Amino acid sequence: MTLSLAIAARAFRRYSTYTAATLAGIFTNSVFGVIYSYAYLALWDQRPHAGGYDAADAVTYVWLGQALLMTVAIWGGGSTNDLEERIRTGDIAVDLYRPVGVLHWYLAADLGRAAFHLLARGVGPTVVGAVLFGLVVPSPVAMVGFLVSVVAALLVSFAIRFLIAAAGFWILDVAGLKVLASVLAIFFSGLALPLNIFPDGVRTLALALPWASYVQTPADIWLGRHTGGAVVLTIGVQLLWAAALLAACALVLRAATRKVVVQGG
Amino acid sequence: MADALHAVRSYALIAALWVRASLTYPVSFWTMTVGGLLVTFLDFVGIWFMFHTIDTLGGFPLREVALLYGATGIPFRIADMLVGSVEKIGQKVRSGELDAMMTKPVPVLVQLCADRFELRRLGQIAQAVAVFAWAVPIVDWTPSRVLVAVSMVVSGAVIFFCVFVIFSTIQFWTVDASEFANAFTYGGTTLTQYPMTIFTKEIVKSLSYVLPLAFVNWYPCLYLLGRSDPYGAADWVRFASPLAAGVLVVLMTVVWRTGVRHYRSTGS
Repeated sequence: MTLSLAIAARAFRRYSTYTAATLAGIFTNSVFGVIYSYAYLALWDQRPHAGGYDAADAVTYVWLGQALLMTVAIWGGGSTNDLEERIRTGDIAVDLYRPVGVLHWYLAADLGRAAFHLLARGVGPTVVGAVLFGLVVPSPVAMVGFLVSVVAALLVSFAIRFLIAAAGFWILDVAGLKVLASVLAIFFSGLALPLNIFPDGVRTLALALPWASYVQTPADIWLGRHTGGAVVLTIGVQLLWAAALLAACALVLRAATRKVVVQGG
Repeated sequence: MADALHAVRSYALIAALWVRASLTYPVSFWTMTVGGLLVTFLDFVGIWFMFHTIDTLGGFPLREVALLYGATGIPFRIADMLVGSVEKIGQKVRSGELDAMMTKPVPVLVQLCADRFELRRLGQIAQAVAVFAWAVPIVDWTPSRVLVAVSMVVSGAVIFFCVFVIFSTIQFWTVDASEFANAFTYGGTTLTQYPMTIFTKEIVKSLSYVLPLAFVNWYPCLYLLGRSDPYGAADWVRFASPLAAGVLVVLMTVVWRTGVRHYRSTGS
């Protein structure tokens, strides 16, 4: 536990070093937030209750999506990028004889990164959105539910990114896989468009996929669309995905470890 | 003129090198190309799904929005393929590669733009062309409209080229702020996918007179669709895209020169 905290704290500090990059990122998220806000306002102007949201909900949804973009690493990236690089160079062999498991190490590092991104790249755009457009303020219970849901989202996202990076044990270059993974994540997380205004069939499918955990689930909790037992239930679904995918990571890692050959010299 | 020819030739040589390199891993190349096509395809599906609940967005039906989408997508993706890697100035400064570039008999800007040239971006251009082609039948084509369409794509590519360079130049001052440029490049093309009628008058004004992104597709498309500007700009503005591109080229040259002159090696 102390070790995990130490790993996470160092990852946090690593990302917090680049102030100009952080400010540039918040600015960029905010520009996209403004663009999508106007697009959604135009849509909800035509259909004031599309997907069960009103215009204020829709605009809030936009800014939550921008806040979660880096936090949940929807595009990809995070500690799994280091893992990918170390598998490619062979440095992973060093990681394998550390006194802490590979999965444990990278998960702790990613949690530290996400904590920084939540505070900077999450809070930053949310404040900008609140100032420019006024956002829906969640109830205290919804706020707690939202934060728990974001942690669950991160676990799901980490496991999927870990699996992609671990594919590097078997194939030479995972760049193509990463592009495909980020396409699916952006579209099916609800970042591009809220899943609840997707056409019927696609919506049912999208809500059943693990990517719905990334943006749609936390945002719906923030907006109070789930209350009481339903909050616990939706977070439970996220955690089930996280558990299943993390178990898959452990299995893949075991198979890969048997394959690693360390070249001497 | 000889300088320009030399620049183009050098660019082609460096780009050809990277194309050959990328084809060394054909599986990766093709998954990236198809992946790129899919990324941008799903991007349009997002807009298409919006029209599942509405008939018009800001007064424009889906096909007209598709016209705007293609008309910004094609020039943006072309500019991104040709000069997108200029974004990596900061990395080159940090690694010291920029110093090496300065000693070579090829303009630094050419080397930066041609570096890691990615042929796979043809997939993204193809997607924008496909969306544009789908929207083409709604335009009542005349010879003058064809001319405006051609000038729109060329001017648009030049405008995005300048936007890429201008906002990347900032990295001569802050090496790790590469994401700042994304707000104007990727942000610029996302913004112009929508009819300007969804934005406020102040935003549209600044997109016309401060950062002339509205000239990429909005004004010329108004002419293609036989519409006047809903915000009351004069009708000749619909033909002014080459003018906006020209002004931006001058501005870019000044900004780029200032940036290069400001550059001091890290010395490492």
